[in-house]
Amino acid sequence: MSTMNPEAQSSLVAPQKAASALPMAGEAARVGRQPLRQRLLSLVNHSLVSIIVILIALVWSVPTLGLFISSLRLPALIHATGWWTALVPPWSFTIQNYEYVLHTQGLGQAFLNSLIIAIPGTILPTLVAAFAAYAFAWMEFPGRDWIFLTIVALMVIPVQMTLIPVLGLYTMLAQATGLQLTGNYLGIWLMHTALGLPFAVYLLRNFFAGLPSDLFESARIDGASNINIFFRILLPLSVPSLASLVIFQFMWVWNDLLVALVFMGGNPDRAPMTVTIANLVNSYGSNWEVLTSAAFISMALPLVIFFTLQRYFVRGILAGSVKG
Amino acid sequence: MIKAIEEQRSLPTKTTARRKRFSLTPWLWIGLAVLFVIIFLLYPMFFTIWLSFLNATSTQFVGLHNYILIFTNPALLEVLRNNLLWLVLATVATVVLGLLIAVLVDRVRFESVAKAAIFVPMALSFVAAGVIWRFVYEYAPPGQTQIGLLNALLTALGGQPQAWITDSRFNNFALIAVYVWMWTGFCMVILSAAIKGIPSEILEAARCDGAGEVTIFFRIIVPMISPTIAVVTTTMIINILKIFDIVYVMTGGNYSTNVVAVEYYQQLFNFNNFGVASALAVLLLLAIIPIMYFNIRRFRVQEAQR
Repeated sequence: MSTMNPEAQSSLVAPQKAASALPMAGEAARVGRQPLRQRLLSLVNHSLVSIIVILIALVWSVPTLGLFISSLRLPALIHATGWWTALVPPWSFTIQNYEYVLHTQGLGQAFLNSLIIAIPGTILPTLVAAFAAYAFAWMEFPGRDWIFLTIVALMVIPVQMTLIPVLGLYTMLAQATGLQLTGNYLGIWLMHTALGLPFAVYLLRNFFAGLPSDLFESARIDGASNINIFFRILLPLSVPSLASLVIFQFMWVWNDLLVALVFMGGNPDRAPMTVTIANLVNSYGSNWEVLTSAAFISMALPLVIFFTLQRYFVRGILAGSVKG
Repeated sequence: MIKAIEEQRSLPTKTTARRKRFSLTPWLWIGLAVLFVIIFLLYPMFFTIWLSFLNATSTQFVGLHNYILIFTNPALLEVLRNNLLWLVLATVATVVLGLLIAVLVDRVRFESVAKAAIFVPMALSFVAAGVIWRFVYEYAPPGQTQIGLLNALLTALGGQPQAWITDSRFNNFALIAVYVWMWTGFCMVILSAAIKGIPSEILEAARCDGAGEVTIFFRIIVPMISPTIAVVTTTMIINILKIFDIVYVMTGGNYSTNVVAVEYYQQLFNFNNFGVASALAVLLLLAIIPIMYFNIRRFRVQEAQR
């Protein structure tokens, strides 16, 4: 279930110098004894592997590059020639597509909505899960393991299993109290909190449980309350874990389409970017100046997070990939 | 996990000599989480199962009618067939490609850069990926300028441009390719870590005995990392079963590309058929349960081996 692997976390960030140094040394020793023909053969092999890897990396990057370059071209040009022709001078790039989608197509508001949905949609589940994880890790009470296992098992429940009844609950609540949750930020925050909880509880409980017990003992002997221990000792010590979790949950909410469609689809003014872009695709199928710039705006923040917080990002993604 | 829980169980008795008496404190700490889980996950789950036995408006008990409909209606059968195609092709492609790239990337100097390039698509939303690939697949009739990369390459090589997204001969494969593009990086990173965990003496010994790289791959690397391969595969299956965004954005489920999650959405919002929608959700759940069971069992074996 947990695909978290300490090596996986660092391998993308640092190319494991210690591990790769060993075979290299062995290879050098062998090469000295090999005849020229074999040495040439291994050289060719090595370059072949390098070329294949470069090709694969190119195939993986080119589609995104094409989108980005197109988003910077004049609309007339996007439709007249392939984006790769823009790579040759004379260059003529423009940001007018971005101005257009941000101001005219409501992408600016959608960007704000994505933030308004994703930030509480990240903080709430993390906080609620951290409280619970502390109890699961360091308190004893009847049924503890069963409750914990039940919550963890719910991690893989398909979102589809929950949507209709929750919509029903929201409707009932609206009829009873007038509090409208469908189409409002609060409704989607609560839903994302619930969907994010099982994984967050699982991750944090395992991390908390791994901390040395002396820590809590001495704090208790000194008369620290649970609240004090939680905020003064536990949270500061858990920053790396919390960072991975927060990034994972943020990306999950930011990139989510289904939940947003169900709860915000009927309210375009509060819909996040994923919904807005999906609607643009429906109505402007081949209007590439709109679609490319809109898509790139939605990618900007995840890309920044990826390149600045790569370590936490990878760790979070790897640990949480089975989440429903 | 089991090991960790057993450790946990013994910890408080070992370290604290607190008397066992009922205390409200733990319940206050887990209360909010439990409340959320009950209201938004547990209760809806059972309610959805119940709804799947009711009619479209949830006013009448219809037994297995919705399930029978799903397995007999030609349009819905196509949805199931597509999901199966996704399940098999996308899973095999991501895991096999991820494994091959992990092995290759292990041998080059610019490993971290190459890995980052292949992993980046994971940061994007399926929606953004859908737009990116719709642009790659863009089609213009023969003779016109192809602004889509794939058709431009194809025509440059002397072929005919193809409507990758609307032509039902290729479109399912074209959509699956988008998923493979996004998730191969994930498989690669995890499998790469497992490969690095293989003691280098074993590989060296095999090479000294004259084993070729292909033999080493199939006889040593693959068997030694098989638990990780199993974990990655089950993760992919759980993900792919619920595939929604790519299909919704790229074809809207048209042109014979519909899958269960998109059909669910359409049953819910276009046809207002709560019965069939719920039955589709239950099918997804049923498909995931055995995989979860398998995953947990593998995990226990893995923990025991450590």
